Amino acid sequence: MIYGAATAAILVTMLLALVRAYRGPTVFDRVQAVNMMGTKTVLLIAVWDFLSGRPEWLDVAILYALMNFIGMIALLRFSRFGDLSGDTEVLVTDSGRDAGDGAKDTGGQS
Amino acid sequence: MVPIELVLFAFLIATAAIIAMVRDLLSAAMLFGIFSLLSAGMMLLMDAVDVSFTEAAVGAGISTVLILGALSLTDYAEKRSTQHRISGKLVVLATGGLLIYGTLDMPTYGDPAAPIHNHVAPEFVAGSRNKLEIPNIVTSVLASYRSFDTFGETTVVFTAALGAMLLLGGGLPRRAQSGTPDDAPDERGES
Repeated sequence: MIYGAATAAILVTMLLALVRAYRGPTVFDRVQAVNMMGTKTVLLIAVWDFLSGRPEWLDVAILYALMNFIGMIALLRFSRFGDLSGDTEVLVTDSGRDAGDGAKDTGGQS
Repeated sequence: MVPIELVLFAFLIATAAIIAMVRDLLSAAMLFGIFSLLSAGMMLLMDAVDVSFTEAAVGAGISTVLILGALSLTDYAEKRSTQHRISGKLVVLATGGLLIYGTLDMPTYGDPAAPIHNHVAPEFVAGSRNKLEIPNIVTSVLASYRSFDTFGETTVVFTAALGAMLLLGGGLPRRAQSGTPDDAPDERGES
């Protein structure tokens, strides 16, 4: 019973995160939504395991948390540096323009 | 009580529609991550743990990184084109209709009388416990019944990784370059 209620609550939260990923005005709203979606997937798997009586699948949920972390690091690195390997700070905003053009030009010489 | 798979399916379709509507490619990349996570979770709920593993690792982990790496080389906004919109939609609808038509022949989900549960699967299930004495059936199928297949797959993946590392020169110490260090960051992203 309590697991069913938790599942329903997690699904509602996933729906809200999906709405935020669609509407989110800035890129960070969407990053937040993706991160929340990953967390909710992990929670959903964990709750579902107990609901269906197979709690040994918690390992899978842990692996999902790991995968979500890798994607999140890549996303944040990309939005900060505009690249996956560079170290020049560029703030990528949602409309695709670089907010810190000056920092991009002078960053390479320091 | 609505089955949880149906709710996740609705989320998947909604995510796909949002991906098709969004013009900002960075948002689309993030939504792809959401899509992969959702489908991986759904496969897990359908008891396909190995497929779900692969989807989570490849779809949510590596694909997001790869798409972001490609995005750093291109522009962030999708070009708006008005040509071939009708024909494209027709092709997509026809393909989707054909796929749905193809599923009409399939046995219902979870049907114990489906052919896949009655061909060699009972022998695998029984042999994994009695003959091989491996408690996990997926492991016994992968490592024993299909061991040559798994061996070939591992060889292919290893060769691909080796070739990519040799081509990219990753992991090997490079000689010091005499050029100016400012060249590399200036060459990218200036559009």
